[in-house]
Amino acid sequence: MGICAVIELRDVSFSYPNGLKVFEDMNFHLHKGDRVGIVGPNGSGKTTLLHLIVGLIKPDAGEVVVFGTPRKTEKDFREVRKRVGLLFQDPEDQLFCPTVAEDVAFGPLNLRIPKDEVHRIVKRTLEEVGLAGFEERVTYNLSGGEKKLVSLATLFAMSPEVLLLDEPTAGLDENATEKIEQILRDKVETYIVVSHHREVLEKTTDKIFRMEDSRLIRVSI
Amino acid sequence: MMDPRVKILVTLGFSVVLAVADRPVVLGMGMAFAIFLVFLARLNLRQVMTRLLVVNTFVAFLWIFLPFTFPGPALFSFWGLQITRQGIAACVQITVKSNAIVLASMALLSTSTVFGLVHGLHHLKVPDKLVHLFFFSFRYIHVIHMEYHKIINAMKARGFEPDTSLRTYKSYAYLIGTLFLKSSERSKRIYQAMVCRGFDGTFWVFQHFAFRKRDLFALVFMGLFILFLAFMQWGSVR
Repeated sequence: MGICAVIELRDVSFSYPNGLKVFEDMNFHLHKGDRVGIVGPNGSGKTTLLHLIVGLIKPDAGEVVVFGTPRKTEKDFREVRKRVGLLFQDPEDQLFCPTVAEDVAFGPLNLRIPKDEVHRIVKRTLEEVGLAGFEERVTYNLSGGEKKLVSLATLFAMSPEVLLLDEPTAGLDENATEKIEQILRDKVETYIVVSHHREVLEKTTDKIFRMEDSRLIRVSI
Repeated sequence: MMDPRVKILVTLGFSVVLAVADRPVVLGMGMAFAIFLVFLARLNLRQVMTRLLVVNTFVAFLWIFLPFTFPGPALFSFWGLQITRQGIAACVQITVKSNAIVLASMALLSTSTVFGLVHGLHHLKVPDKLVHLFFFSFRYIHVIHMEYHKIINAMKARGFEPDTSLRTYKSYAYLIGTLFLKSSERSKRIYQAMVCRGFDGTFWVFQHFAFRKRDLFALVFMGLFILFLAFMQWGSVR
């Protein structure tokens, strides 16, 4: 290993508010260049894991270390979120602006990038996901596959170092699924994909873990 | 594109003056001005009519009750009910006012993008909380509406036929409850997604509007007209 991990969970425990235990003393590492898949049944905590990494929820015990720094407060995680992109399961949750361009621009503008630069970023990222010319389209009129691609573009626009993808192909047809898989393979270096579709993970990741008994267990491909 | 600030200010000024005015000349000129704006904005007349129909459905209820209940000498009477001249006059006034205001708002506001209006409100120093509220209400009404249709369809698919029974009311109550829950959950997730993209309470605007010469011209012209209406209503020269 040698190089320090990009994301590290140390003895993390977490329970839902109703007392149901999700993780207990869980350990997990992600290194630069790792492409990791996580499988597990519904409700096993796959989404929870991703939300813990960007601090949307905080662990009951243990430590979340991102980019070599232990992260505890909201302020710590604010920096994390600028460098780690999270793709939500439902694009309806992620996209909220009237037009595609406004939505893609939202992140870069939050990073205080100058406007003419943002214009270039919007154009480039939409080309990257194969949606060139979609700038003025109204987001809620797009198809499911297009919405997912726009969501991905909103992350790319912030040039994240790591991507966390929550069921990136859920509800998509073969065509759109292949598109997403290809974009991940070609354009992203380090990511975690959470899914209960084994085939998707086999095509996009090098290591697969399984959620079992509140822990992550490595399974071979 | 006209500067959204000009549009907001003119709509506000026009609506306030017209809502308070009661002289027929002023109301008539206001109506003419609103119709002029609708033609200037080249709105789809069919759509305008559909929207006016909605407004006038409410106004129709006033026509049912007001003429009978307004105090004054009877114009004519039947079955012991009296219709007063003042009652009719009030109805006519309300009809003209509401239609003129709605027409002007359509011509001025619906021709801007929502982001434009929101941005304009922000620059007019409207509190951020109100501006955000306005924006998100607009953006998510559509989503909640679709959610509503999904649930209604799911209910129909299981053979639900509304009738006048406690069970129907109960089902509708569940439907509304579910909608509330879903909206609240969704708003939490949207907020999380925004925070993940670096949101910290400030909206940075992508396409900035510019105040140009013709905006100044529009503001001066329409502002003077509104002042003129106000003068005709309250001015001392009669």
